[in-house]
Order: sequence, then C-alpha cells, then structure tokens
Amino acid sequence: MKREIKFTLNGEPVKIDVMPNEKLLDVLRDRLGVKSPKHGCGRGECGACTVLLNGKTIRSCITLAIEVDGQEITTLEGLEKDGMTELQKSFLEHNSFQCGFCAPGMTLTATELLRKNPHPDEEEIREAIAGNLCRCTGYKNIVDAIVDVSKKG
Amino acid sequence: MTKELKYVGKRAVRLDGLEKVTAAAKYVDDLEFGPAMYYVAVLESPYAHAIIKSIDTSEAEKMPGVKAVLSGKDFPEKFGLYLKDNSIFPADRVRYVGEQVAAVVAETPAQAKAAVKKIKVEYEPLPVLQNPLEAIKPDAPLIHPDLGKYEVVPWLYPQPGTNIAHVRKIRKGDVDKAFEEADYILEDWYHVPHVVHAPMETHISVALFSYDGRLTMWNSTQSPHTQRNIIANSLKIPHKNVRVIAPYVGGGFGGKAGINMEVIAAVAAMKVPGHPVKLRWTRRQEFFNTSQRQELYAHIKMGVNKEGKIIALKHELFWDVGASAEYGSNVVNATGFSATGPYYIPNVYIDSFAVYTNRPPCGAYRGFGYSEFHFGIESHMDRMAKMIGMDPVEFRRKNAIRRGQSVAYGVEMNPTGILECIDKVAEKIEWGKEDKSPDPTKVRAKGFAAVWKAPAMPPNESSAAFIKFSEDGSINILVSGMELGQGFLTAMAKIAAEELQLPLEKIRVELPDTDRNPYEWQTVASHVTWSCGNAVRRAAIDARNQILNTVSRAYHIDKANLYLEDGKVKCYTDPEFELPFEKFVIDGIEMPDGTYRGGPIMGHGMFMPEFTSAKVNPETGLGGHPNVHYTTGAGAVEIEIDKETGRIRVIKMAEAFDAGKAINPDLVEGQIVGGFVQGLGTALWEEVKFDENGRILNPNFTDYKIPTALDVPREMHPIIVEVPQPDGPFGARGIAEHTMIPVMPAVANAVENALGIRIKEVPITPEKILNALKEKEQNKQ
Repeated sequence: MKREIKFTLNGEPVKIDVMPNEKLLDVLRDRLGVKSPKHGCGRGECGACTVLLNGKTIRSCITLAIEVDGQEITTLEGLEKDGMTELQKSFLEHNSFQCGFCAPGMTLTATELLRKNPHPDEEEIREAIAGNLCRCTGYKNIVDAIVDVSKKG
Repeated sequence: MTKELKYVGKRAVRLDGLEKVTAAAKYVDDLEFGPAMYYVAVLESPYAHAIIKSIDTSEAEKMPGVKAVLSGKDFPEKFGLYLKDNSIFPADRVRYVGEQVAAVVAETPAQAKAAVKKIKVEYEPLPVLQNPLEAIKPDAPLIHPDLGKYEVVPWLYPQPGTNIAHVRKIRKGDVDKAFEEADYILEDWYHVPHVVHAPMETHISVALFSYDGRLTMWNSTQSPHTQRNIIANSLKIPHKNVRVIAPYVGGGFGGKAGINMEVIAAVAAMKVPGHPVKLRWTRRQEFFNTSQRQELYAHIKMGVNKEGKIIALKHELFWDVGASAEYGSNVVNATGFSATGPYYIPNVYIDSFAVYTNRPPCGAYRGFGYSEFHFGIESHMDRMAKMIGMDPVEFRRKNAIRRGQSVAYGVEMNPTGILECIDKVAEKIEWGKEDKSPDPTKVRAKGFAAVWKAPAMPPNESSAAFIKFSEDGSINILVSGMELGQGFLTAMAKIAAEELQLPLEKIRVELPDTDRNPYEWQTVASHVTWSCGNAVRRAAIDARNQILNTVSRAYHIDKANLYLEDGKVKCYTDPEFELPFEKFVIDGIEMPDGTYRGGPIMGHGMFMPEFTSAKVNPETGLGGHPNVHYTTGAGAVEIEIDKETGRIRVIKMAEAFDAGKAINPDLVEGQIVGGFVQGLGTALWEEVKFDENGRILNPNFTDYKIPTALDVPREMHPIIVEVPQPDGPFGARGIAEHTMIPVMPAVANAVENALGIRIKEVPITPEKILNALKEKEQNKQ
C-alpha cells in the first residue's frame, strides 16, 4: 500500500514511503521532524498548518502527502534558512504574537501575499490573513507588522 | 526616595518573541519522545445522561497493537480542584455527551482508535437536563446523587439532594426597605450562553510512568503545580515522584487551568511503564470534553433614588456549570461576591447558584464569570440611566465605587482609577458626538460599559521564585507562572532587571518544571504579575543583598555606599569603584592572601497574601476578606448596523484599565486589543449550540465562528491608567482577563442607542436584531 514519493522540502530533496491516507502535516511533523506547521483543527479551518506548495499556501492538515510528489514544499524552517526575513523581524519588533501558535502559518500566508503584492494596503492584508485564526492578539500587531514591511522596498 | 524606573514601564521586545517568530518555541506536540511512544484514544459517551450498566473491553484488548484498555473499573478515583465531583472514568453513570468512558493505549493512533470502537458499553438512558432553571427545581432528577459525599473546600456549600453544587449569598444592608424608598425600580432577565475558549492549540498531554515509580508529564497547562498536586493526591503517588513539565502553551484563556484530560494520560501511562503515552484532543473533543464557559440566566432588580444613586440591588444568578463543578463552583462563588459591578451600593442581595446540568463541565474562562454577569448589570445600568433621564456615562460616574467605600461583602475598596478609566474612554470614543453613516441603510451609535474584577483565589494562594547567576553575570529566573502569551516572562524579567539593574538581554525566565522551579499556585485570575511579580521582586532583592554583602565584605566598603548600575556594583563614595557582576557572582572575590569571599549568588523570594480569608458567614457573605483587590476599567464601542440585514460591524473601540503600574505597557495594550476581540466574538457570534439530547451541533470553526482579521474594528484605542496598587510590584495589578468584560454590554447598549431595541441575550445576531425590529414595528401599530 505504501508508495514512495519524492519532493523538495525547504530546498532539500526528500524521498519517503507514505500511506495513501497520510496527511502532509503528519508526515512533515512526525516523520520528517519539521515542527513549525501546527495541528490546530484538522479540517483546514484555522490555518495553523499552513505551508507553501510551489510558493502557494495550502493547508497541510487536509492535503495528502502523496499529492506533493514531485512538488516543492516550504515551511518556516525553509524561509529562515539564511536568517530571519524582513517580515519576521517586523513581527518581532511589533510584539505581534502572544501564544505564538498561529505564528508560522501566519508568517507563510503573509509571505505569499508580499511576494505576489509587495505593497498591499491594510484591507488587502486583512483579506489575505483572514483564513489564519489567532485567538490572542486581535490581529492588530500582526497587521501593523505586515503594513510596515509593505511600506519598505 | 523615588528613583526613575529604567526597565519597568518601558517598551521592550518580548522575551519569547524571537522563539515564537522563528518557530523555535516548542509546544508539547513538538517534543520528540522516541519510538517507544504509545498513543491513547478515548471512548466517548453518546448519551448526555445514562447509567452505565456494563462495559466489555475483551474484544478491544485483542485488537492489534493494543497495550492496555482502561475504564472506571480500574480508576474509580474522584478528582477536582475545589469540589471532587469529577471522574477519571465514570464507573456508574455518564453525565454529558463526549465524556470519557474508557481509553485504549496502542502502538499507533490508528490502532488505538480502531480498538476503541470494539469496546461494548450498555447504557440505560436517564432524563437529560440542559437548563439550570429546570435543574434547580426540587423535583428535578439528580445528576450527582452522591453530592453530599464529595470532598470540598470549606468555603463552598454543596446542597445534597439537589442539583445545586454551591450557592454564594450576599446580604448587605436592607434591600426590601431600600426598594420601598427607591424612586425608580427596574427588573429583568439576561441570558449568556455557553462559549468555548478555542485556543489554537488543543489540549495535549504526554505522560511517562517509569519503572522507578516516577510519573513525568509534559502538559499544555496553566497549572503545573496544581496538576501535580491533584495527580499525586488522586493517584497516591508521592509529590516528589510526580513531575509536570510545561512547555509553551498555544493559548489557555482559563481552559488549561486546573486539570482536565491530563488525568487520562496519567492513568494510561501507569498501565504501560517505560512507554511515553500521548493524548491529543481533536478540535471536536476540545468542544465536547474540556471546560466550557458557564451559561448564565441572571435576574436583576435595581432601585435608584431621584439623585441618581443606586440604593438597592437584588441579583440572582443561575449558572449552568455543566456535569462537574470541580472548578466552576469557584466561578459561581467569585461572581457572587462581586455581582454589584464596579459600583457602591449600600443594600445588596445576591444569590449565585451553581447548578448541575448534562452539559460539558464548565470552569475557568478569561473573565471568570465577570463577563457574564456584567452583561446583565451593564445593560441594566444603561436602561436605568435612560429611565431616570441621566446620561449613562454620568450615571456610572456617579455610582462608581471609590477607594474606601465598602464592597458587597463589607471590605473597603482598594485604590482605583475607575473615574479616570471612564473619562478617558468617553473622550476617546467621543461620547455624545453623533456620527452618521454615509450609507442611509446603516445607522451608527455608541455603547458604554464600566467593569471590575478581582482575582478569584483561595486565601493561601502563593508564588515563589529563584534567581540564579551564571559566570557571565546573566541570570535565570526560575518561576512556575506560565507564559500564555500575556507577557509573563517579560514582566518577571523587567521586575528583576529593575531591582538588580541588569539589562534585559542578560535575563532568561524559565518555563515551569515542577522538579526544578519553585511553587506557583496557577497562572489564572490575572494575578501572576502581582503575586509572582512580588515573589520575583523579593528574590531579586535577596540576590542584591547577597551581592552587596559579598562586595562589602571583600572590599570593606559600607553596604550603604554601594549601589547597582548596568550589571555592575558601584560606590557612591568612590566614583572609580566599579565591579561587574561577572567578576564575582559565581567565582567570588579574590583577597590579597589568595583566599576568596562570596560564592554563587542565588536569590529566593515568595509571596502569599496573608490578609485574605474565605471564612465568611454563609448566609450573608460578610465577615471575611475573600478578594485581594479589584482592577477596574471601562470600554466603549461605536457600531454600524445595517437595518436591512441586521448585521453589526464594530467600527471603533476604546478600552481603559487601571493596571496600577504597567510593567510592559505595549504588552498591556496587546492584552486590551486581544481581549476586546475575544469579547467581540462572544458579543456577536459565539454560542455553543446543543440539540435536545445534549449533543453539540457546532464543534468546529466553520459552525462556531471566532473573529478573523476582517471582523475586528479598524480603529482601536487601548488606554492604560495607573493608580498604584500598594502591595503590587511597582504598584502593578492584573488586567488581562478584564479586557473582555465590557464588550458584550457595550455592544448591546450601542444597539439600543442605534435602533431603540434592547437585546437581552448574546450573541447579538442579525436574526435577533431583525426580530426585535419587527416586534418594535408591531408594537407601534
């Protein structure tokens, strides 16, 4: 039943046998030790498990691992390989997160937005991150940090 | 001597910031436990109320990968924080849908789940009670027939033979006489349904029972020491052999206070020594089988005289605490003492009932019951103000409690900045200034609320701290308060930084580990900045004294002439003298003869509020000192309602709280904004819906909406007021929970100001708005 898949994970080639029903999130966390995507709801509703598939955000809790065969997956570990990004620095400076559980997913979603649209306005930012739930912050310091980055460059 | 503060009250990057933005922060599920780990799955009750006639686990035991099957036969122990009415596994009856009846330990999660399905349970269904007003009736079926046999703290009063787990009464002055004298009287009912905490991280516990008889647990918890205490007592393991390690918590809000599903992991581990076992709740289980917020039906009767002074209040609170009151009974207790709201009222009658139903157990939830009763009180305040023809803000100012006036249980009010909070919020929201929507189908209006809250704690709650130095002059602060996101670590670091004059970069604050870190009761009640802050401050003063003693002994300088600055010891009388901490805090100071003075500097401190007492007259609530102090505040919203759809948008908010002294001003503002938005969820959208059999209908984020980035006001004004708390560290008191409390009534008051309709039941949905408008139209005709 197991099938070998190959994909690129944070720039490195990965080869792994997976069951057809294994979720990408579980493979990343439990089998490959990549812990930044979090388990929040298991239904694609909260965004804590967000990763980038070929640069686009997906919910890894409702994505089957076999679906990423031949694709490119990026998690927060991959983004910060060469040091913190400007966005991460801005989040740090703004004390954007409280409990921090939503932070990796939020960071990937905002990264995707800034790559597509380097100068979004506040409403575009809110629209983009509306699928990433945060129970602590009221989103203000998260949005402010992204706005700051959007004004640069 | 007032010295200018260098660290306390200044903005700073939070201590846990870097870990969290880089995903270096570890939550329980991020830890690795190796290939020996087993997984736990739980069999849940399909019935809200039923007798368990038999449990047959024989087929489950034969399933592949199964290592153990557990049920109430193995672990009949009762547990609880205040009232031991909760079961690890119920032996005789289930009391809510989703209650754990049995559990399987297996090699993989899938094997555990498959085996759970093979457990056979025979039930005999019983009548299901879902409404506290029904369950409190004398002829209602009993949910806990053994209520009289449960262990309970002396200041709670279960009523055996009823469904009343506790009643807190206040009888101050003479309400009957006062109502006779009142010029205006208004009475009405208010209803607040169950809501859930919805932390992004669900409950999770990993437990390892090793062959030496030690139980080690890694829990997502606000209460590591309290969990250790409950587990050690319930399972008869010496405290020294129970270790609770608490990595970062992905959101608590009261839901991870006390103990919950962690007991299941603990007993499962005991069945499979040497193997760590993991139990992680699904989002669905997080709704069905953790503590929810109590539902409240409140009846308020208020009497006011011609001058606009409140002279009488009768407040009856009927709380649905669900199937267990082990923690929720204290919510009922705490609110019973405080259900006047932040007002001086000479004649008060309060009955606060904890009523069992067949809904999930309820417990601590940010606000600890104060959000729920303030919805009624603060709605009522607006209505009374209108009745007597006074501006609602002025009416609140006139009745706001002042320092030295007596609270409902007869103790003097602490110093408070409530008037300043009210005034600053009124100014920021531009109270009295009309704002029109450019869209004619929409109306705008403002609503106001004032609030207070005291930490609800046993009188002997306490905190302790160690501070240890390293060779380079940096310190590790060991405490067992929990960083939930509120900024606890940063607050403790700043308090120590101030007393030791040590830059923040040289300070780490450690997350709890009950083997290593000293005692903390729990991170609840918005009290750790105050309580643990006092302990850390004393530990820092202790370390400072050790530093000064060592230097004084070695250099023969009078201690009074020494002071600390930038991580160095300096001397008032000798400006040349400068000794950096790293020169001596571990290795001591070398004397001319080659001997050394000093040794590792290690400060310790503890704090217990020795002035509190829960010993009150049960019939009047008077005679004790159940609360340490109150934090006051105010909040206001400006809303825009679409008259055609009933949809409400909050476009602006202002909230002010008297933090005494904001140790972390920017993080206090973060609490105000975050708490406001959590409150907004409960005002507009959030409600746990049950079917007639007690099953939750919306146990997910599609059907239970929490606020997104699009749902929050674009204009938010967090305001800090600082009237020092005399016994707080640098004058600080807590504010984190309080920030939620004004929102429900402020929105309801704004709705009335906008449309002339009074909604007495949250959440204020478009449906309720449109129905109320329809009713208003019909009444006109």
